Amino acid sequence: MAPLEPVGAQARWMLGVAFFVLFVGVWSFFTLGGFVSPTFLASPPTMVKEAYLLFTEFGFLHDIGMTVWRVFGGFVIAAAIAVPLGIAMGAYKPIEAFLEPFVSFCRYLPASAFIPLLILWAGIGETQKLLVIFIGSVFQIILMVAVIVGGARRDLVEAAYTLGADSRGIVRRVLIPGAAPGIAETLRLVLGWAWTYVIVAELIGSSSGIGHMITDSQALLNTGQIIFGIIVIGVIGLVSDFAFKALNRKLFAWSTI
Amino acid sequence: MADTAQLSIRGVSRTFTGAKGQSTQALLPVDFDVRENDFVTILGPSGCGKSTLLRIVAGLDYPTGGQVLLDGRNVEGPGADRGMVFQSYTLFPWLDIEHNIRFGLRERGMPEAQQKERVDYFIAKVGLRGFERHFPKQLSGGMQQRTAIARALANDPKILLMDEPFGALDNQTRVLMQELLLGIWEAERKTVMFVTHDIDEAIFMANRVAVFSARPGRIKTELAVDLPHPRHYTIKTSPEFMELKARLTEEIRAESMAAAEH
Repeated sequence: MAPLEPVGAQARWMLGVAFFVLFVGVWSFFTLGGFVSPTFLASPPTMVKEAYLLFTEFGFLHDIGMTVWRVFGGFVIAAAIAVPLGIAMGAYKPIEAFLEPFVSFCRYLPASAFIPLLILWAGIGETQKLLVIFIGSVFQIILMVAVIVGGARRDLVEAAYTLGADSRGIVRRVLIPGAAPGIAETLRLVLGWAWTYVIVAELIGSSSGIGHMITDSQALLNTGQIIFGIIVIGVIGLVSDFAFKALNRKLFAWSTI
Repeated sequence: MADTAQLSIRGVSRTFTGAKGQSTQALLPVDFDVRENDFVTILGPSGCGKSTLLRIVAGLDYPTGGQVLLDGRNVEGPGADRGMVFQSYTLFPWLDIEHNIRFGLRERGMPEAQQKERVDYFIAKVGLRGFERHFPKQLSGGMQQRTAIARALANDPKILLMDEPFGALDNQTRVLMQELLLGIWEAERKTVMFVTHDIDEAIFMANRVAVFSARPGRIKTELAVDLPHPRHYTIKTSPEFMELKARLTEEIRAESMAAAEH
């Protein structure tokens, strides 16, 4: 091993898998070896059995569907509002001066702390879940997009001006296309955070979703189901992240040449 | 012929104000005329304010005093009538070569077919046929600057402003680019204002060289270059060329030494 020395594709893959194997190994050793009480931590085989039951007996697919729907619903609404606003802030400094302090303040308000308030306002239905995701994502996206757009290469803007572009042309044909890969990357990042908020939203006052299943299992001390729920969240997150990454690479091939 | 000046720079000066309120005079009042079809090079040591003057003509910077007139009209802000080629690579990385050259034409709302025709003409002119679908990062520095020249020319500006466009290129490429640009100028007869710190380049390209003083900048000398066209690179070893070079070397040397003392 030498610093910054690249590792081959196959070796990288093997090393990545090796840690998962090691992890499950240590877990099996402690649970099956009787070092940990099954009440507190289920063993891998128990978890697999519980997972099977979840799908066949408890309609877990419906829970997964609900959670995914909430994440994407809240996230899409947040992105639809935040991206244009962020672009406007990045491009026009008076708009930034007007909104930036407030948005920065809001960004530090923890989305989960809003849950009691949102239940009061919107009940325990879907609106409340979507609002939690929305509040958790919208301010982050606005600020990050504004920074990316504001960091546009000045020389490209100047070149566009000398080619006859007006300020509308600068925004539409220089700032937005130049910032697009960065904006897509921001959305990918924030989508990851949205997954955290949805589970918290589902832990309280919910009748479906992965988070709801986890709370139910806690009451029954079914650690196998809890662990499987957490793993499912991780897997879905990983898959959506890969899909997003692949899409960005395809859409913005020019930025990775 | 002063009455046929296309570009007229009248008493243009520029003072920069620093963050702590201290001011730096970058440009003393400059008076300078460029006639139609002129190829003028502005020669000076680095940091002398010659680029600032060009940027003011382009409308990317503003003068603290004086004014710039293009065809008798006051210049306020940048516009398509003054095309510019920068020293840094300023092609839009998300557009391929063809669409980079089309940028200004599209912005102007030119019909698609006409855009295509103009772009094809200039792509051929700068020798980039076959590279239409390449992205800027896939091209060498010289090819990128050729595209930038085509992009500026396709817009059919009244005057072409060039800010050390070959400054970042290696010597061999730079010489080839000079010949290419001169060939285009000989054919198209555009008005060109070209900033450089390279004496050979200044003489080879120009029919007039303006020598800038060290900061604060002003035009110290103007020199007509009466070498015949078309010019071949071998002209650089002719006695006339050598004589001009000797004179300009002397002028620049004094200014570079003045600049180094600051």
